[in-house]
Amino acid sequence: MAWAGKMLRVNLTEGTCKSEPLNMEWAHAYLGQRGLATKYLTEEIDPKVDPLSPENKMIMTTGPLTGTCASTAGRYSVVTKGALTGAIACSNSGGYFGNEMKNAGWDQIIFEGKSPKPVYLYIENDKAELLDASAHWGTSVWDTEEGIKHNHGDPQIRVASIGVSGEQGVKYACVVNDMHRAAGRSGVGTVMGSKNLKAVAIRGTLGVSVKDPKRFVQATNDGKKVLADNAVTGQGLPAMGTQVLMNVINETGALPTRNHRDNQFESANDIGAEAMAKVRETDGKANLITNAACFGCTIACGRISQIDRTHFSVAERPQYHKASGGLEYEAAWALGAATGVGDLEALTFANFVCNEQGIDPITFGATLGAAMELFEDGVLTEEQTGMSLKFGDAKALCEMALLTGKGEGFGAELGLGSKLLTEKYGRPELSMGVKGQEFPAYDGRGIQGIGLAYATSNRGACHLRGYTIASEVFGIPVKTDPLDSDGKPALVKAFQDATAAVDSSGLCVFTTFAWTLEDFAPQIDAACEGDWTAERLLEIGERIWNLERNFNNAAGFTAADDNLPERLLKDAAKTGPSEGKVNELSKMLPEYYELRGWSHAGVPTNETLSRLGL
Amino acid sequence: MHKSLSIDPGKCTGCLQCELACSLDNEGMFNPSKSRIKIFNFEDKGRFVPYTCTQCAEAWCLEACPTHAITIDRATGAKVVSDALCVGCKVCTIACPFGTINFNQDTGKVVKCDLCEGDPECAKACPTEAITYVDADWTGLEKMRASAGSADAAAQA
Repeated sequence: MAWAGKMLRVNLTEGTCKSEPLNMEWAHAYLGQRGLATKYLTEEIDPKVDPLSPENKMIMTTGPLTGTCASTAGRYSVVTKGALTGAIACSNSGGYFGNEMKNAGWDQIIFEGKSPKPVYLYIENDKAELLDASAHWGTSVWDTEEGIKHNHGDPQIRVASIGVSGEQGVKYACVVNDMHRAAGRSGVGTVMGSKNLKAVAIRGTLGVSVKDPKRFVQATNDGKKVLADNAVTGQGLPAMGTQVLMNVINETGALPTRNHRDNQFESANDIGAEAMAKVRETDGKANLITNAACFGCTIACGRISQIDRTHFSVAERPQYHKASGGLEYEAAWALGAATGVGDLEALTFANFVCNEQGIDPITFGATLGAAMELFEDGVLTEEQTGMSLKFGDAKALCEMALLTGKGEGFGAELGLGSKLLTEKYGRPELSMGVKGQEFPAYDGRGIQGIGLAYATSNRGACHLRGYTIASEVFGIPVKTDPLDSDGKPALVKAFQDATAAVDSSGLCVFTTFAWTLEDFAPQIDAACEGDWTAERLLEIGERIWNLERNFNNAAGFTAADDNLPERLLKDAAKTGPSEGKVNELSKMLPEYYELRGWSHAGVPTNETLSRLGL
Repeated sequence: MHKSLSIDPGKCTGCLQCELACSLDNEGMFNPSKSRIKIFNFEDKGRFVPYTCTQCAEAWCLEACPTHAITIDRATGAKVVSDALCVGCKVCTIACPFGTINFNQDTGKVVKCDLCEGDPECAKACPTEAITYVDADWTGLEKMRASAGSADAAAQA
């Protein structure tokens, strides 16, 4: 019930697919998805393994609620050792693919080894086989998805695939499903490409059951009502999408701009939600066509956009004239503010290309921002880059997205990510990230807690491991002062632990704008065998966090890696409410370790491990 | 007085809650592939369109069935398949101009929307009122109301 109870093990070296029972003892200790797959991964691989070697494994995983009628119950994750970071990676995606995997009767799929030639995995309920992907190798996500549906004569297949970037070793390749939903961060698509695995195509018609259907429908209806009645999940996100944040964060003085040189962007108003909804003078249409939901989602924050056909980026490229997945906030920030580009249509084009070729727009935009700073400082020249890379150059953004998506020209260097790129050119201090992964769209100087969340995130800098913005900016569940670091260690820990549990359920973290674990527990309890309370979920979240931490420590990360770039610690924010502020990490980190039950070296104590059953 | 399902694609977000509710009611589990209502995603245009049986007054599926397995539910007006009488010949699937009656390989019978005995689960599950259950004579009422409002606004301007 809820869990399908079985998983698929695909050995790409041998070309075999075997069904195995799910370890239900682990399912009860780690819930599912992020937690459960991390347990499997950490049991099965050496933490020191090269992420791109056949010895690394990659797990596609669903949660117990994936495929049910709970709101947002369509999520799946890709868990592996990340190509970008060398740390534990878990990238979560929506769309419809996760439900299809669950409906085919699989909780998760473990990929191991490396195929001698390009293949894709085709699953039709119980049947699973590896098929030749040579016709799709070298083609985009979009062409691969259409091509595989055509191969099987079945438009109802759901596909997750990598673009050319993942084949070429771009360090931050995504796994993209349903054309524009992505397991985006940490280079999980790069790992997939290193295994010569082009795609996973699934058709599932077996259905998903829950323990007590009547109670489950009641509990999920209660949850849906809370989402509908909440101002963020019921009004803000459906109407404006995550892009509602652009002006808000800019006004907070925490919109990192031009590789974090600045903390406010003068063109923020031109690239946010309001701009997307505005009718264009050129063609009388708006960039935004409609909002869209992932499977089972009653929030529907997704954006579907269409680029102005007269815009330079697409005037000669009719393949981009169709509507597709539009800008969400993190992408708009990275492609826009981080590069200083204020052209909404150019950002939308770059976002389409990121989806088409499967690259993480956050890391891509941030890396381009770092390259632009190198260029403006004269470290990089036009001879090396092929074109001018000044901050704010929309043409450079579009051209570099195309090149990076295919790993060609200077795009191959941008494909290294900002850490390796800036190291290569002798300016490592210009990489704006943690543990090799670039920051998302909030400045740790203007919002103190998120700085600590970045520094301690197990998958490298990330907003989704502990979204303290909810409290520090929106007052959810309680308002805290973004400029004050007092109390933030406890806030960060609470968000990190709760989020780990939410991720592991198969639901979307956006529900937490309205739900606490008290809202989740009745839904999980009605679906899953056993007794599930908010306290138990929080404990599971903390267990997962420490499991991930143990893996990273064993992989060679230390307390020194729980750090922020000097720019955030020494160069004060220049404007707005955060003017004069740096991030107070050194004040927060020791308190955070203590609250976690870790040593001064950032290692979980024996007492902590035994308390959590690790 | 009968009611009809009224569908407004402009409000649909593609969440498939209707398919989940339909399959739970009819199959006892969450299984969109067995849903009698289906959402079509016209990706390139950014449109999501729910589609199901509209319960034709002159129902060609019913007329075509050689075993008289399809009858009219007098209470709701729904055209309902009797599993006891259906032999799975699929003639109704050919007769239906809209494709909304389909064969189920697991049972060997055809399946179609039966309006859930007058309390359609899809309409109840829809979070955006893209699917509503309204007076069968006035499925256009809300569209008329919206048009009347904009006509009046124009007249007042």
